[in-house]
Amino acid sequence: MPPLDEVSPSPRLRGRPAPAEAGGRGEGQPHTPTSAITTAPHPGPLPAEAGRGDRSALVAPGEPDPEGPIWQGGAFHRDAWTKLDGEAALPVGPVILPKQRWLAERGELAGCNTPLGLVIAPGEALDDIAADLPRFALIALAFPKFTDGRPYSLARLLREKHGYAGELRAVGSVLSDQLQSMRRVGFDSFEVTHAPTRRALAEGRIPEVALYYQPTGTDAPPDGTRPWLRRRAD
Amino acid sequence: MYRYDEFDAEFVRQRTAQFRDQVGRRLSGELTEDEFKPLRLRNGVYLQLHAYMLRIAIPYGTLSSRQMRKLAHIARTYDRGTGHFTTRQNLQFNWPRLSDIPDILGELAEVEMHAIQTSGNCIRNVTADHFAGAAADEVADPRPYAEIIRQWSSLHPEFNWLPRKFKVGVTGSEHDRAAIKTHDIGLHLKRLADGRLGFAVWVGGGQGRSPFLAELIRDDLPEADLLSYLEAILRVYNLHGRRDNIYKARIKILVHDLGAEAFAAQVEEEWRRIRDGVLKLPQAEIDRIRAYFAPPAYDERPVPAPPRAAGRAFDRWITRNTHAHKQAGHAIVTISLKPIGGIPGDASAAQMDAVADLAERYSLDEVRVTHEQNLVLPHVRSGDLWQVYRGLEAIGLAEGNAGLVTDIIACPGLDYCALANARSIPIAQRISERLSPRQDQIGDLKIKISGCINACGHHHVGHIGILGVEKRGEEHYQLLLGGSGAEDAALADIAGPGFGPEGIVDAVEKVVTTYLELRSNPQEPFLATYRRLGATPFKDALYAAA
Repeated sequence: MPPLDEVSPSPRLRGRPAPAEAGGRGEGQPHTPTSAITTAPHPGPLPAEAGRGDRSALVAPGEPDPEGPIWQGGAFHRDAWTKLDGEAALPVGPVILPKQRWLAERGELAGCNTPLGLVIAPGEALDDIAADLPRFALIALAFPKFTDGRPYSLARLLREKHGYAGELRAVGSVLSDQLQSMRRVGFDSFEVTHAPTRRALAEGRIPEVALYYQPTGTDAPPDGTRPWLRRRAD
Repeated sequence: MYRYDEFDAEFVRQRTAQFRDQVGRRLSGELTEDEFKPLRLRNGVYLQLHAYMLRIAIPYGTLSSRQMRKLAHIARTYDRGTGHFTTRQNLQFNWPRLSDIPDILGELAEVEMHAIQTSGNCIRNVTADHFAGAAADEVADPRPYAEIIRQWSSLHPEFNWLPRKFKVGVTGSEHDRAAIKTHDIGLHLKRLADGRLGFAVWVGGGQGRSPFLAELIRDDLPEADLLSYLEAILRVYNLHGRRDNIYKARIKILVHDLGAEAFAAQVEEEWRRIRDGVLKLPQAEIDRIRAYFAPPAYDERPVPAPPRAAGRAFDRWITRNTHAHKQAGHAIVTISLKPIGGIPGDASAAQMDAVADLAERYSLDEVRVTHEQNLVLPHVRSGDLWQVYRGLEAIGLAEGNAGLVTDIIACPGLDYCALANARSIPIAQRISERLSPRQDQIGDLKIKISGCINACGHHHVGHIGILGVEKRGEEHYQLLLGGSGAEDAALADIAGPGFGPEGIVDAVEKVVTTYLELRSNPQEPFLATYRRLGATPFKDALYAAA
């Protein structure tokens, strides 16, 4: 840990690593720009109906448990869901699949009788599963690093473009200083493994800025109350 | 000027409390440096070569005298008595203690200022024409829109973790003093075909290792759609900007790789979905913000100029450092922070206090900060110019060199910056000293110096640009020619092999001497001569003898 308050003069460094102003520097795959917000038309229900028609598919949170991994509704819970990797057979009970597996086995999986969730990586598109969204009671967006901002946009697209109304879970690098932003773009459950964040949540000490300059979501701000950009936190 | 209401004030208070908690968690070890760094950057705190640095936002470059006095107070109390004005209408303090920074932010909040998003991979402080609201050549004041963007972008939950930093600049004049084509988004406020106000939207400009000038993606954006269009651009960038390589992560690379047309098509598609949503700006709200920037109450009584000592220095200052005002009987005054041989952009606490006094007395309480690292008194009555000049003379800031060869932009360089490869400030000082005797003869010539490829000193758009690099452990300087950051924007060409710290000063002088020999007449500025003749005669002069 570098000294915090008294920084000793550094020698003029030579051969320093690359400039380090940036917070996040992805180590991700080489990137080929493709259609942003993809353009392919998709069949299926109107966005407003997606994910909303079948509320019975929603899965209740796991049992409250201070040691549980999932922060939801102001408390830690056990995870009601099982994550399935690779080729493993579907277990009994709610299961979260990688998006790619869903795409590969959509025919068989669509008819199964178990609640399904998807985990979506930051670089993955949404439009090729837009018509399927009502099938999922949970979508988990992965934060490989807390500095990767793509899941914030994916969350807004799911909620505001595709009308997804099921559980939206943040998984991966989920830290206390980002929770408020995550909630504001539509996340409503959080898989939290970072010990200081778990302590801060349990003790209810996460200072937040409870005033917003920008609405998210689709509802218009009430006329004549606050200026257009402003809302107080719920 | 914009004034905070209770909402704005409470917002900044809460943000300061949040940052105080983050600093506390770092000092206690709860946050690792890797976790803390992106958080502190989003509040303008860097860890530099010798100390922490705090970068304070001066949104669209507008300050009141009260705010300027607070900056002087902070310089005196928490720093070593000096502030450094930057190329993005920010002020940097180079010596604060981390544990003092929450208190500094508290002091700033008292005068409606902050350091929110002056760094980090997020939407940075919004910049605008420093003559906004005063310039005779202005179509409309860009600051109300810059303020709207400032509010919208503050702690935006979706766009706080972009692939890379994101800069927005706004101009309301055809003559671009805000360098909008070097911004991630440059907005040109103008009259649309239907006579209403709107924007030309330029995207993908930027300097750094791979410089690009911005591309025009929409020429007729109605003002009501400003925020929804920005949101569409940011969303496309946030999802698809590269995150695998810091040098390829700016939006300029995405725009370049996709092509401006394809990029624009994606933006337009997203915009069509959201343009009639919650971000549509009601006219009443635009008017409400605009009212804050209404023309001040000019004193229209003629003021007889007091007797003054005849002097070439004052005449030079009038010629170079005053600009036509839209209000008769008034002038815009540029206060040069480039005394000959001085450090570009530096101002002492005493100078800041004195400028605040002059602004209060002679400029309707307003000061501006320019991206060229100077200050501006935007509303000075013609009859007061002599007193203003005398006041500036008393604090050593009366150099009449605005736009001349000694009005040099320079980044902090290796004297302060953890990223730099070479020093910038001493090079600026030596060039200033060397060329100052001939500066009037030379005329308009912008020299811009960066101490590394990140290009904070804007070397790519200098008429003469200088880039400090490291070569075999020594400081080495590349020379670039023919750039411009104005409405005739162009990227400069590398002249040839670089020079050492002494050689670069000689080389600049050689270029200038060659220009003086080659110009068609004394009114032809350097850039025009360069564009007419190309690089060859300058290269010949630089390298032929070697």
